[in-house]
Amino acid sequence: MATQLRPRPSVRDEAHADPPPEKTRGGLLSRLDKSGSPYLFIAPFFLLFAVFGLYPLGYTAWVSLHDWQMGGKGDFVGLDNYADLFDDPDFWNATVNTLGMLVLATLPQLLLALVIANLLNQKLRHMTLLRLGILLPIVTSVAAVGIVFSQIFDRDAGMVNGLLDLMGIDPVDWRADKWSSWLAISVMVDWRWTGYNALIYLAAMQSIPRELYEAADLDGASRRRQLWSITVPMIRPAVIFTVISSTIHGLQLFTEPLIFGQGGDAITGGSLRQFQTMSMFMFEKAFKNFDYGYGSAVAWMIFLIILLLTVVNYLLVRRMK
Amino acid sequence: MRRLTRTLAALTAAASLTALAACGGDDGDSASGKTTLVIKTFAQFGYEDLYKEYEAAHPDIEIKEENIAKLGDYAPKLQQWIATGSGAGDIVAIEEGNLSQYMTTPDQFVNLLDHGAGSLKGEYLDWKWDQALTQDGKHLVGLGTDVGAQGMCYRTDLFEKAGLPTDRDEVGALWPTWDDYLATGKKFTKAKTGAHFFDSAGSVYQNILMQQGDHTYYDTDNELVIDSNPAVKAAWDKTTELVDAGLSGNITPWSPQWNAGFKKGTFATIPCPSWMLGMIEQQSGEENAGKWDVAKVPGNGAVRGGSFLAVPKQSDHPEEAADLVKFLTSAKGQTTAFKAKGNFPSALKAIDSPEVKEYSAPYFSDAPVGEIFGESVKALKPVYLGPQNIAINDAVVAALTAVEQGKLSPDKAWDKAVADAERLVR
Repeated sequence: MATQLRPRPSVRDEAHADPPPEKTRGGLLSRLDKSGSPYLFIAPFFLLFAVFGLYPLGYTAWVSLHDWQMGGKGDFVGLDNYADLFDDPDFWNATVNTLGMLVLATLPQLLLALVIANLLNQKLRHMTLLRLGILLPIVTSVAAVGIVFSQIFDRDAGMVNGLLDLMGIDPVDWRADKWSSWLAISVMVDWRWTGYNALIYLAAMQSIPRELYEAADLDGASRRRQLWSITVPMIRPAVIFTVISSTIHGLQLFTEPLIFGQGGDAITGGSLRQFQTMSMFMFEKAFKNFDYGYGSAVAWMIFLIILLLTVVNYLLVRRMK
Repeated sequence: MRRLTRTLAALTAAASLTALAACGGDDGDSASGKTTLVIKTFAQFGYEDLYKEYEAAHPDIEIKEENIAKLGDYAPKLQQWIATGSGAGDIVAIEEGNLSQYMTTPDQFVNLLDHGAGSLKGEYLDWKWDQALTQDGKHLVGLGTDVGAQGMCYRTDLFEKAGLPTDRDEVGALWPTWDDYLATGKKFTKAKTGAHFFDSAGSVYQNILMQQGDHTYYDTDNELVIDSNPAVKAAWDKTTELVDAGLSGNITPWSPQWNAGFKKGTFATIPCPSWMLGMIEQQSGEENAGKWDVAKVPGNGAVRGGSFLAVPKQSDHPEEAADLVKFLTSAKGQTTAFKAKGNFPSALKAIDSPEVKEYSAPYFSDAPVGEIFGESVKALKPVYLGPQNIAINDAVVAALTAVEQGKLSPDKAWDKAVADAERLVR
């Protein structure tokens, strides 16, 4: 029976050959459109990411496993570059510098941003102007910021030393010590990024229901209490975002210290590498000494450290209540 | 799915087309049918008039100079162009310190002996010729342009304030040796003019080091000898002595403060190789004309820097490029460059020509720089530098800066410099 039944529908199908396939094809297309086109729309990002993000990442890993000098690929050396890196005091110095400046820059920056955002969240006059004002630094070019602040922190003719002199304090050679150079560079970073973070906090604050504050007012809670008990917990996602993004920025710090260094050999960040960051160290190895293998190993270490710190950050901030 | 594939294929095709288009730059021949020669230089070579002259004599040649102001920025780019085999153009300028590293791979450059440069041997200072010649004498990488003949530039106005002589012969007589320079510096500092005696330890160290012997950080077998070569330690010790006496301004060379220092008179003296004169004039500006002068340098003559022109193998027009190199580095070419920017010639005929010998620099109180530098050049002995000399020198100068900043004692800084050098070479 079964064998006899089968041909029949097929004959029938042939008879109506035209309409049904049309229908199925149309159905297929619309189904494809539904399920496929979203992928197509997001494809450009992933294509670009694959070409300019993933591929270089993988290739850098490949290079880091070789003795790769400027002349081209050398021997495969396995993890030797990484082993050398762990023994390299200059690398650890750069890591400490980067982390030091990260803490010194990020903490005051986020606290200040919170305070500024809180102030801007009130009813003030010329609000748009003020909000625009805090965003101005971010549209200034990093190089310009670096040059101006380098002059402000100049040893002989700098403004800061001029003010210190008025107060009877000896001038500081800002580039000579770790603490002073870190401070100067952190100020540059903060000047540039505080407004940006404040704006993110402000946006988050605007979505907090007014009733909460009214209720708190009725309960007699002070402004400060309201900030810490209502505002901060309510904008936690924004805080997580700013903490993670400032951490990533901070770990990739490059232009500010480089311009602060000045002179022909600025990439080493001071005479004793007082303010050489990890990115500067990577650049020095790869593009000054042309040790691409070693430089790539440094790049991967930076990547891993960022990854690690981001996870730690995320866990910490998520716990914070 | 097929649509997606097709779109992807189209995208890929478009992308690769764009990439191809980007790769196909011009091959050096301009539309007019002329051959374009690209010459890469740093700082100031003073060739503008020579290009015009050469183009007039060779109507089918067009010359394009691509200049990068700082040698520190130029050197790594040059390394990349040469290593990757593209971007170097037809002629490159190579500074003496960088040349030694290219001498280990001479095949990246056209052998100028194949282009008739052999007959020019007698034209140049012997050691300048030998610097660009492989040890077997068969491959000439480049032809010499200038030599960094040394002088000591000083501010007459500051010297006058400090009660020191201002006449260049008397000033030169103040410091036959570096010890005398130290003594003069102490006198100058005592007068409290508000200026430092010299700009930075690095500048002085460089000069003293190049006077010490025939090699520095490497011996001629390219072995690192920084720790055993007494010349290096002697230069180090003399420099730290000068720093210890408080004579240094500790102003990083090539920084904005340093540039401004020329104009503001922040330092009274600076060892100046001939090629630095053009820069000092530019930085000090009109208003300081006549305040700078040039005297003899302490110690015996020294050379610091100086360059070569070479034709990279990747050039499409090696024959034409080699011919232009010969023209630019000829005695006549060097004389023109000297008059334009103060780059002191390495061609004997140019050094001895009255045009150079009797030349005085109007900006530098009419100092007879032709004569001052000429004497310095004749007194000098060639110094062998070795492959990583620049990176090592950077490390040594950084250690000196730490001494200037009072961050390290001279002994500790020396140990650090040696350790850094050893790690660089490893």
